Amino acid sequence: MSPINDLQQTPVGGEQPIILCRDVHKWFGNFQALQGISMEVYKGEVIVIFGPSGSGKSTFIRTLNRLEEHQKGQIVIDGIELTHDVRNVEQIRMETGMVFQQFNLFPHLNVMQNITLAPIWVRKWPKEKAEEVARQLLDRVGIPEQADKYPGQLSGGQQQRVAIARALAMQPKIMLFDEPTSALDPEMIKEVLDVMIELARSGMTMLVVTHEMGFAKAVAHRMYFFDQGLIVESGTPDDIFIRPQEDRTKLFLSQILSH
Amino acid sequence: MTKELAARAQALPPPTERYTLLGWVHKNLFSTWYNALLTVLAFGLSYALLKPIIAWLIGQSQWEVLKVNFRLLMVGQYPMAQMWRVWVCLHLLAAIVGLTWGIWVHGRRLLAAVLLLVPLSLALLPTISSPTRLFLLGLDVFALIAFGLGRLRSLALRRLAIWSWVVYFFLVILIITGLNPAEGWFPIVPTTLWGGLLLTSLLTVVGIAFSFPLGVLLALGRRSRLPAIRWVSVGYIEVIRGVPLVTILFMASTMLPLFLPSGMRPQLVVRAMVGITLFSAAYLAEGVRGGLQAIPHGQYEAAGALGLSGFHTMALIILPQALRIVIPVLMGQFIALFKDTTLVATIGLLELLAISRSVLAQPQFVGFQREVYLFITLIFWVFCYFMSYISQRLEIALGVGER
Repeated sequence: MSPINDLQQTPVGGEQPIILCRDVHKWFGNFQALQGISMEVYKGEVIVIFGPSGSGKSTFIRTLNRLEEHQKGQIVIDGIELTHDVRNVEQIRMETGMVFQQFNLFPHLNVMQNITLAPIWVRKWPKEKAEEVARQLLDRVGIPEQADKYPGQLSGGQQQRVAIARALAMQPKIMLFDEPTSALDPEMIKEVLDVMIELARSGMTMLVVTHEMGFAKAVAHRMYFFDQGLIVESGTPDDIFIRPQEDRTKLFLSQILSH
Repeated sequence: MTKELAARAQALPPPTERYTLLGWVHKNLFSTWYNALLTVLAFGLSYALLKPIIAWLIGQSQWEVLKVNFRLLMVGQYPMAQMWRVWVCLHLLAAIVGLTWGIWVHGRRLLAAVLLLVPLSLALLPTISSPTRLFLLGLDVFALIAFGLGRLRSLALRRLAIWSWVVYFFLVILIITGLNPAEGWFPIVPTTLWGGLLLTSLLTVVGIAFSFPLGVLLALGRRSRLPAIRWVSVGYIEVIRGVPLVTILFMASTMLPLFLPSGMRPQLVVRAMVGITLFSAAYLAEGVRGGLQAIPHGQYEAAGALGLSGFHTMALIILPQALRIVIPVLMGQFIALFKDTTLVATIGLLELLAISRSVLAQPQFVGFQREVYLFITLIFWVFCYFMSYISQRLEIALGVGER
């Protein structure tokens, strides 16, 4: 049988992983959300993380830019370890972009201001440079004509594409996507996925929490199946879709692929 | 969309309703027998209530008391020779309002005309002295020039307008107070001479200008992660809110001097200003806190994920949204502050209400309470209504792109 996509065949990486997680644990009160996650991601890889709700997949990618704090284990991003040191956290947040399920655009700023805010205040770019980059990014995500609109005037799909442009404006090395299409109407999912697929093909390192198996089949290098705070199974899309090993994986896939 | 569907989806214009005057009266006042009855009753009641008032206004009321004491009511004992300073403040205000109007207000010609007509018609009154007449006309001239300038609507002008509002409040205090302790060009006018509407306005302006930033800081402090800051803020807010303003004013006037060395006792007016500011800040803090709590957590996360620092997140993302939400609350608090300034009468300051009582204590004006109090009421109402109107306009103007 031919492979699902070619990307999984190409060797990626280099010697040092851009994301290194060793035995990451996280508790919410008495509830243990992550029970020892270890993962290595190399530059240019597209990783799809999926699993039932409450499996810890969102919590995990939120620990990578410290929106959640891990309580045990080690996370190293691009050679910088995530610790309580605020400077490390700020450094890592500048190098990782994040796209949220609920978009989280700033409703009091227009699209252009949403995108240029962080480059101007964090990267200290001059306004002209930031706006030039923003215009290129709006072109790239396919909505160059919406620069002066406010988030409330855009459709969900357009808002999410603005959110992607906003994250890319900081020129991150890694992009984190936390269920980017889960809050969208069916008609708008495709326009967001198209942008993400283009981004993946351009060589961006991406971690994507999603149930869009079409996306995984199109561009994922590797996939991780989470359940109850653990990695149940991982492998290439071929491994996961064609020859899954674990019963839990088979059951979950049969449920989300059945209709 | 196919052509056929497009044709079918052609929208129809909404149904229009048009009435003649009689049709309108019938629909809104006499549509059923009980509506007709209510209309007749309401008109009858209004007539019964208004008739004596109108009769008094036309027949019996005498406004001599206001004419004689007008300056006293407006500025108290503020020296005649320094009156130009009050006028400078008013001219500056006219210019800033004109500029703001030119930049941001569209239409509203009727309101503008009414506002311009007030100084003009006052200037045409026969009993007014000619310098005052010039000052009054100056208001319109400055407002119109600034309005014309504002119509250019450049970015620099917008910045200028916003900054002038901020600076104006502090400038007014400086102009009214003065600089030079000795006699001379710009002497200090002792606060004991301030009174009337001037004192009421200054108490309000100072109260707003200082309690607002303090209130925002307290609201942020109450939500701080550092327990020391949080508890100090909570303690302050709860203590102040548990005490009536009159008590705070009494404390400021009688207790404060006990703690301070006799050389550095601030003047009574300043103590009253501090009391009002501290009082109002506690209430503003709770209002602002409400706005902060209404901001979804995702906004903090998005700002954090972009690498914005805590300070930038607050200043650029959270506060602009939170403050917009609480504009009605803040403006309500400012209106309350304006009316609460009447309480400084209890510690012996002659603001508008207190000075009107002293006017009425003059032997020749005993029995003119109605005229004087009606006038005071009108002044308070006009100011409060204007603040409330500004609040509404601000809400609309800043509501762009609301989620």
